[in-house]
Order: sequence, then structure tokens, then C-alpha cells
Amino acid sequence: MKKLKYIFWTVAFVVLYVAASAQQQRFPKPEFESGYEQPTTITPEPRALSLEYFDVLVLLVVLSLASWLVLKKRSRQGVLWLSVFTLIYFGFYRDGCICSIGAIQNVTLSFFDPAYAISLTALLFFLLPLAFTLFFGRTFCAGACPLGAIQDLIIIKPISLPKWLNKTLGLIPYIYLSLAVLFAATGTDFIICRYDPFVGIFRMEAKFHMAVLGVSFLLMGMFVARPYCRFFCPYGVLLSWMSRFSKWHLSITPSACIQCKLCTNSCPFDAIDYPTNEKEVVKSGLGPKRFLVYAVLIPVWVAAGVFVGERTHTWLSKANPDVYLAELLISNPEIKNDPDNIDVQTFLASGKTMEPLVEEAKIIRGKFYIGSMIAGGFLGLVIGMTLLNTIVFRKRQDYLPHKGNCFSCARCVDYCPVEK
Amino acid sequence: MEKESKSKNRREFIQSGVRLSLAMALGSVSGLALSKVVKDDYVWQIDPFECTQCGRCATDCVMSPSAVKCVHAYDLCGYCDLCGGYLKPDSNALSTAAENQLCPTAAIERKFIEEPYFEYIINEDLCIGCAKCVKGCTAFGNGSLHLQIIHSICDNCNDCSIARVCPSNAIKRVPASEAYFIKGDFTKKSES
Repeated sequence: MKKLKYIFWTVAFVVLYVAASAQQQRFPKPEFESGYEQPTTITPEPRALSLEYFDVLVLLVVLSLASWLVLKKRSRQGVLWLSVFTLIYFGFYRDGCICSIGAIQNVTLSFFDPAYAISLTALLFFLLPLAFTLFFGRTFCAGACPLGAIQDLIIIKPISLPKWLNKTLGLIPYIYLSLAVLFAATGTDFIICRYDPFVGIFRMEAKFHMAVLGVSFLLMGMFVARPYCRFFCPYGVLLSWMSRFSKWHLSITPSACIQCKLCTNSCPFDAIDYPTNEKEVVKSGLGPKRFLVYAVLIPVWVAAGVFVGERTHTWLSKANPDVYLAELLISNPEIKNDPDNIDVQTFLASGKTMEPLVEEAKIIRGKFYIGSMIAGGFLGLVIGMTLLNTIVFRKRQDYLPHKGNCFSCARCVDYCPVEK
Repeated sequence: MEKESKSKNRREFIQSGVRLSLAMALGSVSGLALSKVVKDDYVWQIDPFECTQCGRCATDCVMSPSAVKCVHAYDLCGYCDLCGGYLKPDSNALSTAAENQLCPTAAIERKFIEEPYFEYIINEDLCIGCAKCVKGCTAFGNGSLHLQIIHSICDNCNDCSIARVCPSNAIKRVPASEAYFIKGDFTKKSES
């Protein structure tokens, strides 16, 4: 009888123990007798939300101030000091993040990924400069962009680039923008942030290749003024569209131009258009014929762009980690035995099978297929339009800032001898 | 003169027309985005249950040392003398001697409390987020040591460079009001 009771208790104990151990940690927390008090885990709070809104407020104030300084006050001095403030606040204090240029990707991803929520700050950082530019020209570039400010302050001896080079290099931002939107829309990468050359300088630490890139941009910027803004900035594309049709814009002269030509060399960015020589244009007689040819060529450019996009989509999609991993595992199955490949080992250890990964990769590649063709077509259109633009005749009698390319830095204003 | 003013008028008309359509485009973009806008700010967070302690947090963060640190969920700790997170597997004594410590920067402090229990405290200033102790604690102990992004250090980059290389996609964007995921339980909450 006693034996039976013993067995019963043992069984009960084992059953209870197994049941309990499924719900209990390996080494249960001890019950202390010495009055020990458990410390709390340290969790410092993130930056307060009110401070994020304060950044938006600062941006709004800086934008208004820049527009006022450029359009009303016409003061290069004021813009200069404002850009110093921007560099210190948005650059060195805020470490270059959040910025309007990168916000393109947040907005794009919020359209394409239903699970992605965009913060109000990011949306406002994207919208405010565009809205201001639509009314006042690119005053954002002049005074409110830390990337522009750092380049503007180191211009030493700007050289004037030939027009064809300016136009050709000016196509790069369109390529950069299309790729950034493509990669953001497919949820692959935020390339604008990843390859921001100046963020490492703002933070005073960067990976070696990014530091080299940043410093070389600055060195180049001493002679080719604002190289990033003119030939890379993807946000500059959108700003340039807005600025071309802005309601008001910086004017070199406060009243009537007296054709003194003093301002011609004042612009480091080659953004001043000279008066057109009507006689020369008429004499060449090539205008209408060339116009027709270039206009007909636009669909060809678009088709070529779509073709290139279609050809490159496989290659582009490899930037996506899922596509890359799936391809790697299919093309190179022995990599599964490589203990040093962390990505493959983690995938294998996670117990996931190949099918869902391949399925996911196929979906992403499909997105790239469509996206690359759209991007290619867009770039083709841009090339065609740029070519067409070179021969469109616009009558100009005065020296005027090119509304699309002018950064509203107000340098030229100081050169104009005309009094108000 | 009249001709000139006519062409000027036409140009202005086109200008304002395009301006209006650009404004409308901006408005529709903002309207579309507003439907998904969240007032809260977003921060990066590690899901400690997804983390595989690959060690990339230490090397790939834009901050150096990394903004990822080991945190200690004391509720889970067994206060073991033989701590898998503190001591090397082949350590020759259960002591604080440097050659026995798993942590490469000696960022874990071991304090005697009462027989046979020891408290382990992370010195955040020394921790580099290499996850060696996390690996040890998860393999041999309760898993009370785990990695987390410390938001007083994190720059909150738009594109987190460790999230990009995380092999198990353990790093996610979360609302700033729920910035920390500290293991409170040894099982994932959603399972219960």
C-alpha cells in the first residue's frame, strides 16, 4: 500500500513537472533572502515627438526667412548666414537626418507598401519645400538644405562648364531619382540615404568609402560649384519642376535690366541665361526642321528606355536581399555548406523552405520588371525632352536666372548696379 | 507692342496653368500620403526572439560603437553562478578573472548577492553589441541577456544600416511610443 502511494506520488510529480517545465524557464528566478532589490532594465527614451515637430517648425521658419531674404530683402549676406544656421542645425546638430531629399523614399514606400506608415514629420519635410518652391523658387536650396549649405560655403573658384556638359550631367539626377523610387517602391533599399555623401561629415564618422566620397565631393565642390545639387540630387529634379513654374522668383535686377553684363560671371552654377541673339537663330535656318526630327525621336527614346529597363530588371532586382538570397541558393547550392555565409546559414536555421522564398523573390522580380520599364521609359522621355529643349527658341532680352536651375543663392543680386 | 503683350499673356497663362496642375499634383500626393500618415514618430527596434546573434549589429551600425547594446531582462535571469553569458564555455574557474570572461570588452559586471546567486549588470558604455554574451545566455541559460537598440545613442536613420543586413529581419520600425521590446517572458507573447 505504501509502495502504491509512493508510485502515485512519483507519477504525479513527473506529470506536474513536465507540465510545468513547458511553461517555465530553465533556471527559475531565485527567491532572495537578503532583501535584494532587482534593478530595472535601462531603456533611455527616444527623441521626444515634440522635438520632431519642432524640426518641422524650424524648417518652416527657415524656408519663410529664405524666401523673404531672396525676394524682398535681396540680401546675399542674409542667405549666407541662414545657410550657416541650416548647416549647424539640420547638418551637425540633427546629424543630417531627417532630410527632404531622403523623404522622397518614405513617401514612395508609403504608396506601394500597404503596411508602411509614414510619419507626419517625414511627409511635411517632403511637401513643405516643394510647396515653397512652387511659389518662391528654389529658396529651399539656398537656405534650408544642409547638403546645399555645406557645398555653398566651400565654393572657392567656380569654373564655368560648357553647356553640353551641364545638360548631359544634368540627366544624372533623373536617373538617380528613378532608381531611388524604383528601389523604394519595391521595398529594396533607400539608396538616397545609403549613398548620401555628406551625412558622414555631419556625423563626423563614416565608413571609409563614404568618407572618401564625401571629401571628394567637397574638394570637387571648390571648383565645380555644388556638384551634388546640380548633378546628383534627386529632390532637385522635383524642385526644378516646381521652380520652372513658380509664381515669384529671384530676379537679378530690382527694376529694369540695363544690359551692363556685370552679373554674367557672378553665377557659380551657370544658371544665368543670356539674351537670345535673334539674328543668329534665324540665320541658321535649322530650327523647324530639327524641331520636327527631335519631336519624332521622342517616342523612339521612350521605346529605347523601356527596352533598356526590360533588359536590366534582372540585374537591378539583385539589389533586393530576398531575390539575391534565392538566386544564390538556386545557382550555388553548395553554399549551404559554407558556415561563414551568415545569411544562408540563418535562412537554413530558421527552418523556412525554399518555396516561399522563391515565390517572394518572383513577386519582387515582377515588380522590378514593371518598375524598370516605367523608369526606363521616363528616362527616355527626359532625354528626348532635353534634346528638344536645346533647340526651342525662347525670346529673352535681358539677363535672367534660369528658373529651373537657379538655387536662389542671391549672389548675382550683389552684382547688379541698378538701384531700386 | 500689342503682339508682344499677347505673347506675354499667353506665356503667363501657360505658366499659371502648369503651376495650378503642379499644385494639384502636390495636393493629391499629400492627400494620398495623409491617409497613411501616423502622428507618432518611428524608431528602430530589435525583436529579441528573431535575433540570431550574428554579430552584425556591432559592425554595421553607423555609430561606433554601435547603438545596439546588450540589455538585461532581470525578470528572466536565473542569477546563476555558472553563467553562460558571462563565462567562456571552457573557463577554468567561476570567477571574474579576465581570461574567463566571454565579453571582449568586460562590459558585464558580476556581483555576488547571496549563496549561490550572482547579479549581472551590463555596462552600456563598454558594450559594443557583439552579442557574444547573448549567444551564450540563449544557448545555456534563460536568454535574459539580449540585444536592443538604445535610443539615446541611435541616430534613427531613415534607412537603418543594420536592419538592411540583418539576416533574420529582426529589426523593424515601430512607433516611438513602444520603442523598447524587452524580453519579459521567455516565450514570445503571441504564442500564449
